[in-house]
Amino acid sequence: MIEALNGQTENLTADVLIIGGGTAGCMAAVEIKENNPELDVLIVEKADIERSGCLAAGMNAINLYLHPGETPDSFVKFARREAVGVLREDLVHSLAKEVNNVVHRVEGWGLPILKDEDGTPAKRGRWNLKIMGERLKPIIAEAAETSGARILNRVNVISLLKEGGRVVGASGLGVRDGKFYSITAKATIVTTGGASGIYRPNNPGSAHHKIWYSPFNTGAGYAMGLRAGAEMTSFEMRFVALRTKDSIAPTGTLALGYNAPQVNAKGERYMQKRFSGVGGEGAPTCYRVYGPIREIQEGRGPCYMDTTHLDDKQVKNLKTDYLNMYPDLVLYWAANHIDPATEPIELGATEPYIVGGHCQSGYWIDVGRRTTTPGLYAAGDVAGGAPYKFVSGCWAEAVIAARSAVEDIEGQPMPQVSEHYTTGLRESAIRPFCHWEMRGDGILPAEMEERLQKVMDEYAGGASVFYELNDERLDRCLEQLDRLKEQQEFLAARDPHELMLAHEVIDRILVAEAVTRHLLHRKETRWPGFQTRLDYPKRDDTNWLKFVNSRLDPTTEIFEMVERPMVDLETLEGAPVSMGWPG
Amino acid sequence: MSIIIDRVKCFGCVGLMGEARCTKACPGDLILLNEEIRAELREPRDCWDCMACVKACPATAIECRLAYVVADYRAALAPKVRDNQIEWTVTDQAGNKETFILDTQNP
Repeated sequence: MIEALNGQTENLTADVLIIGGGTAGCMAAVEIKENNPELDVLIVEKADIERSGCLAAGMNAINLYLHPGETPDSFVKFARREAVGVLREDLVHSLAKEVNNVVHRVEGWGLPILKDEDGTPAKRGRWNLKIMGERLKPIIAEAAETSGARILNRVNVISLLKEGGRVVGASGLGVRDGKFYSITAKATIVTTGGASGIYRPNNPGSAHHKIWYSPFNTGAGYAMGLRAGAEMTSFEMRFVALRTKDSIAPTGTLALGYNAPQVNAKGERYMQKRFSGVGGEGAPTCYRVYGPIREIQEGRGPCYMDTTHLDDKQVKNLKTDYLNMYPDLVLYWAANHIDPATEPIELGATEPYIVGGHCQSGYWIDVGRRTTTPGLYAAGDVAGGAPYKFVSGCWAEAVIAARSAVEDIEGQPMPQVSEHYTTGLRESAIRPFCHWEMRGDGILPAEMEERLQKVMDEYAGGASVFYELNDERLDRCLEQLDRLKEQQEFLAARDPHELMLAHEVIDRILVAEAVTRHLLHRKETRWPGFQTRLDYPKRDDTNWLKFVNSRLDPTTEIFEMVERPMVDLETLEGAPVSMGWPG
Repeated sequence: MSIIIDRVKCFGCVGLMGEARCTKACPGDLILLNEEIRAELREPRDCWDCMACVKACPATAIECRLAYVVADYRAALAPKVRDNQIEWTVTDQAGNKETFILDTQNP
């Protein structure tokens, strides 16, 4: 073990390096190899691409698909309302143009899509179609493997390599042997997903990973981008998901698939009663979680999805849907004597997550999915500005990023990095392990994670404070995060797995700081439930119909904030979105 | 919580894959083979209950068990994986069984 950690560096090269072999990363690899089979594509994945990323358990629906009569424009209009006005219409439009193609491509690889009698995909809501997706991730992983891309499993990327202002690859550690990898590449696509575990989970102790978003998506891509000077957007638009209480399974299946309305403890349909002005049951996503939060705060909880109109056959279908996506919910019902036909299903709001697929937190990118740092591309949950893209939109973005990378690297030489530089990165990467070896003591990653989550929950609007925010508590949060950052030198890791966990908590702390600074900056309440300001309770379209962006200053490593104007298709007219940092 | 691994049923299926099916499937790299070449969960509390390992196990040696903090004792959900299909059997507390046969891939 120690020999491995003290061992040699493995130097690799690739034409295109893909960081993260989840659903977007695998799709990007396939697209590149189909465009140009000669290119050497390498996916680096910290787990194994077979089931890694968000889709380990499967999916029962594709939630972005243009059924007959819908267009990219009609989806942009829908997404604009869902996002309460702030979004990158250029990004949403460009992925909507690709989305049906990628869905049928995955169908061709073997994904069963349920069809109506006339052969068109069966609708489950305006933008949704039903799939039998238990094997969705293995199907995509197999396509990546057969594409000819090389796959390096069980290597956790920690840092992007930079040379002359360009990203030229990445470095990381083997999660089982601690071996150091330095990978140079002409183009690097980051597809690491979003971040869970920033806030204290609602379920305690032994169930702390009973959360909706993958607990293994730790914000690594955001953190490595920030450290490389890339600009990020919209970290203040947190995703607080409306889910079945305790079991944390998605409720869209109940609402869209089985017409189950939200009701409170008094039997009132509160979305219709109190939120008809913003659309009732059809209100933007943030209001559909803000509704039950407020009912509970005001003494009308618990809240439920009313499923008692379902017959036995529908309940069987409902269980089938969950077995394809959240099988443990069916176990939860069996264990707790819950029959959806005779009792409504209790709702809960989750701990906040930071994601680019449901919300729009992530890299600030151009329409080709190029980040503000040359050589680096982003797609999927790690890419910002395009909310409501979900799984199929992540595929579409991966395809777009892949095409840009292929185009940009033509005629480019393989970059070089100095041994001195990578030696420094390795020393920094293995520091928590060396700390344990020398001292036999220190702060374990699980301890630091628990403290981070406590701080964020209490001061930056977690579930225990009904997700509510004000300036003074956010300032206090930053003070606490500064202390955590200072304490990172005492992080200790006893084996390579724990060394991975140490880097995950380091990444989460940086993401938490970005989230807090974004929350502080937006002096209005744009997305109630996701971002409820007690000190600025109203939406302010005059001053805040715009993006809050940030980056780490490359020399001082201090956060800088900038506001960017709304990007709508009418005003864009082919002019590129500003990618340069002002001043 | 998490999974329970039956140490008698587990035969350490390293075989031609070079790696046991469960240790390959886990998205959190939480399962390892111990010195007796049997699967062992590294940290029960870190399991996501995704059931990837349960479905992958060729010996049906892994059972998903929800944390007691959210679920009563004594219920079970067991998958049997076939080509292009999966059969799920859910057993409630009273011992009632319900079976589901679902497509997983177009042939």
